[in-house]
Amino acid sequence: MIKFDQVGKLYPGGYEALKNISFEIAKGELAFVTGHSGAGKSTLLKLIAAIERPTAGTVLIGNQNIAKLRHAAIPHMRRKFGLVFQDHKLLYDRNVFENVALPLYINGIVGNEAGKRVRAALDKVGLLEKEKAMPITLSGGEQQRLAIARAVVSRPSILIADEPTGNLDETYAAEIMHLFHAFHQVGVTVIIATHDTSAITAGNAKVLRLDHGGMSA
Amino acid sequence: MKQWLSQHRQALRLVLNRMWHTRLATFMMLGVIGVTLSLPAGLYVVLDNMGKLAGSIESNPQISLFLAMDSNASTIKSIEKRLQAHAGIKRYQFVGREQAWSELQQSAGLEGLAGGLEKNPLPDAYVVHASDNDPAAVEELQQELQQLPGVEHAQLDDAWVKRLYSILQIGRQAVLVLAGLLGLALLAIIGNTIRLQILTQREEIEVSQLIGATDAFIRRPFLYAGALQGLGGGIAAWLILFCAVALFNHSIDALAKLYASDFRLHMLDAQACLTLIGSAALLGWSGSYWAVSRYLSGINIRRN
Repeated sequence: MIKFDQVGKLYPGGYEALKNISFEIAKGELAFVTGHSGAGKSTLLKLIAAIERPTAGTVLIGNQNIAKLRHAAIPHMRRKFGLVFQDHKLLYDRNVFENVALPLYINGIVGNEAGKRVRAALDKVGLLEKEKAMPITLSGGEQQRLAIARAVVSRPSILIADEPTGNLDETYAAEIMHLFHAFHQVGVTVIIATHDTSAITAGNAKVLRLDHGGMSA
Repeated sequence: MKQWLSQHRQALRLVLNRMWHTRLATFMMLGVIGVTLSLPAGLYVVLDNMGKLAGSIESNPQISLFLAMDSNASTIKSIEKRLQAHAGIKRYQFVGREQAWSELQQSAGLEGLAGGLEKNPLPDAYVVHASDNDPAAVEELQQELQQLPGVEHAQLDDAWVKRLYSILQIGRQAVLVLAGLLGLALLAIIGNTIRLQILTQREEIEVSQLIGATDAFIRRPFLYAGALQGLGGGIAAWLILFCAVALFNHSIDALAKLYASDFRLHMLDAQACLTLIGSAALLGWSGSYWAVSRYLSGINIRRN
């Protein structure tokens, strides 16, 4: 499903964020990307989600080469992903419902169908009661869950989260991780970047360790 | 198709909502556009009315056909036949030299002059009205009549009409230039407002792009905003003109009564109104397309 072959990312100005990265993530797999901060975790996720282009090697998403995508094809590629950003990227001038509905509007789904899906997603993360609230009135954990609801509302086949438990206390963090596991269990490919190795739950999860832009064993 | 429609409805609702929330700013913006557009449109109304006035006064330019002094009855007959058969002539009238002479002698203030002349100096003449009012066509007719055998001189009484027409022509060009310049100004004004709106919605645009919004999706609400501002501004310009014309007509009425005339200023006709409002909407659309495209291409350059 996702295949990196000797991928490198060199930013203008000479900063090499990633070098010689090769791995594969199969459909339905749960994968963690770990490493110290600045190791290139966010860059790796951005390459997967077609937000950045590699400067070396190839990134294949479902057999499509990200570097060769036309400008107009990129939005359609991104819709395959549900993205949970490190800084949430919520819209603070819209209420909870409208925040979650945005990906649906982008996909052209409006009206009752959108309403049903938004409430289903909010229900899944336990925010159904707060659909009219403004994001600024939510706690950190609730904002994170709102971001997750927005990421899953259009039922993506790949869910990508960048430090989803970063600023949360232990109980909240456990709750959030529990949510991701639930999505993994229903067949969604889940990729989580985290510096917190304790968040990595044992089991069949794949772990990609990054160190100064390279893979470490 | 249904999805396409619902996306447009969605964008339109979003824009109307936003406009309603910033109604004071929106209202002022419409005012600015309205005033800007009403200038060339107002000038057009004035010229249009002058053209109509000129048309009604000189609806029939006439050509005076003076015959040679020595023309006899048969020459006159043959000329009359030619005039009768000519398709470009609406009507004509024969003015015999005796008739003209006695009319001249009876004219007030000219008795002395006529009395001082020993014999009738006037030739026989025809007054010819062309069926086509176009100055070029009338002039052509005049040249043709000049060539008729027995005709001494064909005089076209249209010098002042020609002058008026060329002044109107210059005026029309001035309207075009003014409209063009103010159109450019509007493009810049609307483009700039849209640019400011884009800046306030930067975050939203960024998030939307990250989760798969196409350029068209990002652009759509701004295009609606631009077109609606143009449309509203066009309607505002129409309202300004309408009020101005009504106000002027109030005073013109009094003046026209003194001259026993029923002259009134006419408002733009339906076609001109639609052109005004339609081109305003188009300007708004283009200005905002330009603004959004500049912003989007800026983002793409930074990203790659």
